[in-house]
Amino acid sequence: MDLSQVKQETLAIASSYKPERRFILAILQDVQRKYNYLPKESLVIVAEYVGVELTKVYSVATFYKALSLKPKGENIIKVCDGTACHVKGSMNLIQEVKDILGIEPGETSEDGKFSLETVGCVGACGLAPVVVINDEYHGNLTPASLREIINRYRGGENHGK
Amino acid sequence: MESKKTILVCCGTGCLANGSQKIYDAFKEQLKALELDVELIPDVKGTGCHGLCQKGPLVHILPQQITYVHVKDSDVPEIIAKSITNNEVIDRLLYFDAQQKAKVQSKEDWTFDKKQMRLALRNVGHIDNESIDDYIERDGYKAIAKVLKNMKPQEVIDEMKHSKLRGRGGGGFLTGLKWSFAAKAEGSPKYVICNADEGDPGAFMDRSVLEGDPHTVLEGMAICAYAIGANRGFLYVRDEYGLAVKNMKKAIEAAKKRGFLGENILGTEFSFDAEIVRGGGAFVCGEETALIASIEGKTGEPVQKPPFPADKGLWGKPTIINNVETWSNVPLIINKGADWFRSIGTENSPGTKVFALVGKIANTGLVEVPMGITLRELIFDIGGGIPGGRKFKAVQTGGPSGGCIPESKLDLPVDFDSLTAEGSMMGSGGLVVMDDRTCMVEVARFYMQFLYGESCGKCAPCREGIKRMLEILGDICEGRGQEGDIDLLLEMGEAIQESSLCALGKTAANPVISNIENFREEFEEHIKNKRCPAGVCKDLTEFYVDAEACKGCTLCAKRCPVGAISGEKKQLHVIDSEKCTKCGICIDSCKFNAIKVK
Repeated sequence: MDLSQVKQETLAIASSYKPERRFILAILQDVQRKYNYLPKESLVIVAEYVGVELTKVYSVATFYKALSLKPKGENIIKVCDGTACHVKGSMNLIQEVKDILGIEPGETSEDGKFSLETVGCVGACGLAPVVVINDEYHGNLTPASLREIINRYRGGENHGK
Repeated sequence: MESKKTILVCCGTGCLANGSQKIYDAFKEQLKALELDVELIPDVKGTGCHGLCQKGPLVHILPQQITYVHVKDSDVPEIIAKSITNNEVIDRLLYFDAQQKAKVQSKEDWTFDKKQMRLALRNVGHIDNESIDDYIERDGYKAIAKVLKNMKPQEVIDEMKHSKLRGRGGGGFLTGLKWSFAAKAEGSPKYVICNADEGDPGAFMDRSVLEGDPHTVLEGMAICAYAIGANRGFLYVRDEYGLAVKNMKKAIEAAKKRGFLGENILGTEFSFDAEIVRGGGAFVCGEETALIASIEGKTGEPVQKPPFPADKGLWGKPTIINNVETWSNVPLIINKGADWFRSIGTENSPGTKVFALVGKIANTGLVEVPMGITLRELIFDIGGGIPGGRKFKAVQTGGPSGGCIPESKLDLPVDFDSLTAEGSMMGSGGLVVMDDRTCMVEVARFYMQFLYGESCGKCAPCREGIKRMLEILGDICEGRGQEGDIDLLLEMGEAIQESSLCALGKTAANPVISNIENFREEFEEHIKNKRCPAGVCKDLTEFYVDAEACKGCTLCAKRCPVGAISGEKKQLHVIDSEKCTKCGICIDSCKFNAIKVK
């Protein structure tokens, strides 16, 4: 990635907020949305922009689950492991993704196509068990139907992008 | 045409996941082509839809009161031809009410709806979530007008105190009393916060209100701001709730345009502005002091209380922080009066509570009931009981801070004090129903796993204690349990309860302690006999086919993802335990209950 471009783009994102400490999280969320992770250069720019030490920005960046310092995959598979999904067999879904892609929760596949995450609750318990892929909800899943869906994404279909 | 019809298409997250956007678009397009006089409203009700999100997408037609379930976009032409242009009802799209053993035309007559009373959810599903006019039509912004014209701030606080409304986020603290602290507190400016960082797994009522009736939250906050002398408010909303954030943003803009938010509201001296802060996905931020730290741009770590936020909150100033459902009750109390509110529910827990009925229950969805209703009524009358002919085992309330309540206590009235007395708690209102295929040891491990990931790490009892409890529970689930583990868990649980800094740690051991108290024999079975009776813990489970019950229907063999089951049609089937991954799909698919746990 072009460094000066990252700096410029981060500054553009930051500038839509006032240069106050309280906007660190919001700015980082937007940066995360743009790059699927937080480039180091962006953290430096954000710290300068809001006028705090880099460590303060870094502590926010590493505290919140929504933020990541490592690049994530093109498609992010979030398997809901909230209570309702859990009692309806979400662990079998997690196992299925592990089997298909060979990655553990928190990891990204070697080809950079998929990241696997488990999340607390996506608030769609009526459809449990639920998997969210790139903000698209898939409900009432079985390992077999999840495999089909992942294969669709593998075939190049890229929803929500 | 005799009367103008309205089609309400549920476009909440649950129904959207089932394709309701397509249905909405199809209605719009096809009606336009027909040039009918129909007002098309996207009825946004989050995953709750009309409560029964499991049957979504739902379409409700007014004024005839016809509710269609599991609607597909291909059904749209038929609905328009029969139910919109004529008054015909399409039988095959109606809901089959298992309790009434009949198809029912309108959701108002569903058994699911009959025992409900919708106060906090009064508008959800009835109004176009993007229309401020719809909200105003249903008494919206009437309460703030009443307050500004006829009531002094102290009178508002007195009315709220008199209502005995208790915080719906879980703690159950008296809302009016909290407001009176902030009103008296020294310091300026003061702030008002809406806690919409709904993080309890198994609860989604706040999402439903934010998506489906955002203005009521803003109105509640404005009333509080007037009462305590604040001019600024923040809504801390989970960033994962994309639709809720979007709808709330629009609502804030619309309210500003109409003069319900901003400078000199309704031409008075009172000004109040609100903005959204998107949460970062940390469960601990549901704790008020952690949430405040997060708004300030810091890591969401709790601080010691007192001082309470009502004295020293956001940026050290007096701050009122209430949950979404609490806010949505406020305008109603102002409009209808505290006495009316207290006539509902119980003496010390007046009003209603919204619950998310989820897990192993026939009717999953959102319900709102008067406080004091029994768990049995909630689960069996409204929820329709346990599906698949299985047996009720426990209901979990209060999320990761709560506990599991066994069958013997199902006649317990649901209110703040009764649940706490049972070692559980009201929490935000998630009710997760568990059947005999749920392992209570594994559930305890699950909650510890969740809390282990969410503990902020600031204080040692929570950070280290939860980790150790999780290790012990993992050992028990994986066959390494030892004599004495149960007592050790209880001892550690008590120590963590006593010495943790914030509510996350103080309540973290509840799920383990209550599961041991109510299901101790299941823990012992895991430890002594290395057996998981529910067939969930994979290392301690072996399945077999009961020769007498098996009819040889072949369904289990077809569904088995690893081909571990063999057998001819009408012959006894056999499970190859070498190949079996113990996923349990065979048990869940067998109609004859022939697959058993050894």
